Amino acid sequence: MHYLPNILFALALAIGFGFFAMNVRKLFRNIRLGKDINRTDNKSERLKNMLKIAFGQSKMVRRPISGLLHLVVYIGFVIINIEVLEIIIDGLFGTHRLFQGVLGANFYGFLIGTFEVLAVLVLLAVFVFWTRRNVVKIKRFLSAEMKGWPKNDGNIILYFEVVLMTLFLTMNATDIAFQEAGVGNVMSQFIAPIFESFSLESLHIIERTAWWLHILGILVFLNYLYYSKHLHILLAFPNTYFANLHPKGQFTNLESVTREVKLMMDPAVDPYATPAESTENQVPEKFGASDVTDLTWVQLLNAYTCTECGRCTSSCPANLTGKKLSPRKIMMDTRDRLEEVGKNIDANGGIFKDDGKQLLNDYITPEELWACTSCNACVEECPVNIDPLSIIMDMRRYLVMEQSAAPQSLNMMMSNIENNGAPWQYNQQDRLNWVNEE
Amino acid sequence: MTVTTMAEMMAQGKQPEVLFWVGAAGSYDDKAKKITRAFVKILQQANVDFAVLGTEESSTGDAAKRAGNEFLFQMQALMNIEILNGYEVKTIVTCDPHSFNTLKNEYPSLGGKYEVFHHTQFIQKLIKENRLKIDETTLQGKRLTFHDPCYLGRANEEYESPRDLIRRLGVNLTEMKRHKSTALCCGAGGAQMFKDAEKGDKEVNILRTEDALETNPQIIATGCPYCKTMMADGVKFKEKEGEIVVKDIAELIAEANHL
Repeated sequence: MHYLPNILFALALAIGFGFFAMNVRKLFRNIRLGKDINRTDNKSERLKNMLKIAFGQSKMVRRPISGLLHLVVYIGFVIINIEVLEIIIDGLFGTHRLFQGVLGANFYGFLIGTFEVLAVLVLLAVFVFWTRRNVVKIKRFLSAEMKGWPKNDGNIILYFEVVLMTLFLTMNATDIAFQEAGVGNVMSQFIAPIFESFSLESLHIIERTAWWLHILGILVFLNYLYYSKHLHILLAFPNTYFANLHPKGQFTNLESVTREVKLMMDPAVDPYATPAESTENQVPEKFGASDVTDLTWVQLLNAYTCTECGRCTSSCPANLTGKKLSPRKIMMDTRDRLEEVGKNIDANGGIFKDDGKQLLNDYITPEELWACTSCNACVEECPVNIDPLSIIMDMRRYLVMEQSAAPQSLNMMMSNIENNGAPWQYNQQDRLNWVNEE
Repeated sequence: MTVTTMAEMMAQGKQPEVLFWVGAAGSYDDKAKKITRAFVKILQQANVDFAVLGTEESSTGDAAKRAGNEFLFQMQALMNIEILNGYEVKTIVTCDPHSFNTLKNEYPSLGGKYEVFHHTQFIQKLIKENRLKIDETTLQGKRLTFHDPCYLGRANEEYESPRDLIRRLGVNLTEMKRHKSTALCCGAGGAQMFKDAEKGDKEVNILRTEDALETNPQIIATGCPYCKTMMADGVKFKEKEGEIVVKDIAELIAEANHL
């Protein structure tokens, strides 16, 4: 029975990590439902972007208040997790504060002291974040797409962090030997007096309980990620690595279209020729996107990475003037539809069964898509280089090229370009008239 | 005003230093034609050997592409590329950031590889090469604010060339709260120019005009014919057209140099 805690601990770890691994596999599978796009070029520039933007948080601090607070939580999160390593080793081998002996009391004290300071800073930052979301009523947290689950999700994550940090500090405050050593208890020494009247035995029980709840909480939080917007803490890294490196104004040229247009313009091609045998049974390639599987895997990775901060929406000219378009909603819809498709595949033995729904209309309406000015403000603002504009453009392409469903005024503009080479109804022969006008 | 076409150049066996891509707005729209003429005057003052395509020029396809019509865009692109390559064009300058972006970024993979300048970049180059000087006394002290065109700014990260020219005008530049990478769109891009806006509580150009009015300007400067129209409409809506002029940087330089 002596080894029972060790066994229970190993079991908890196995379940926690096992379940997480299962969800990560699902995540990969879903992202791979996207079309292929080559993002293996310019490795050094990609790495640089990842280090600067994801690891270095360079775009976060463009908005100083939320940026700096986020930096505190981020640094706290990364550094305090060193402590988790010790907890895991202690848990598995039944040791207590193993690193204290290994690293020496002073250095260990320095480390834990740093963690404690960070834990308190994280608590403060989380408090401000919670206030911003629930009391101050910052506009970007109140949009239509933030009602219900997205709002609760945001708060649950904050509560998780409060609980984890509190447990960490409590665990240290009730560790008698640690408090008596007096090295590294920078913050917990002020919490310790609360427990002064407790017997040694109950102190020990509280310390153990806090220790267990802390690690179990971390495992639960790890598994919460997949169901939450919080996946960005992992996906921000690949997302910035694989992001578009071209100028933002450069939209892709559809190769399938190039083939057809070249064929159309080639005088050597016989327009009445019967198509070659082999092409007859081929399904012609779909132009643009009406569902998540028409998007690229990078766009799907974008959708899972989005943490719904809403900086895109708060800088979108269409949204700022009361239109329905919200770039954040484009990303959330893409993710939600992708999840739905994934669950459909799981429920039908690995094959997607038509559910009569798609991303277009069932999630994103043409009204939203046509409100976009393609100004790239959303792309510029995203702290992790998500590109909502590319999804909007791909869906417009589907509306126009597959459904001929552009607004009437745009159809007029396009037929003008076709007929006289200008979006307006002017004669091409008048193109040089400006020379003689004053 | 005399302007040579590429066809005339070719007939004389000559190749100009640069092709001036006028664009549809610059050719037909009254407000934009003023930019075109101002820029031509600047080119002529600097003795730049340039030509236009004239009636051989056709829409770059930018608006069609952003409206989702990739077919029409690529048809336009391939037609234009055939003409440009036929004339062995190497360098292009344009006053339209949309043409600039499309020619510079979207034509290369379709076979059209050129060195493309926005006119503010080209004028800046002329100044650096001592071929042009801006008279900084004419507009000295005027209160001016600059509206960044999305397709010059965010799309191609060119924030400096228009500002460099503005500083040389001797005017008093006050930036809007949202400027450079955080600039607000005028509302025309992505083919919005050619359609009514979706239902909302305001027009984008009005919001942007309000940004500009906060700086209490006498001049709102732009670098894009579509932005110019949108901002001018906004100023008119606010009934400020008596106090505030909306002009392209090329027009301001032509004015400063008494062209």
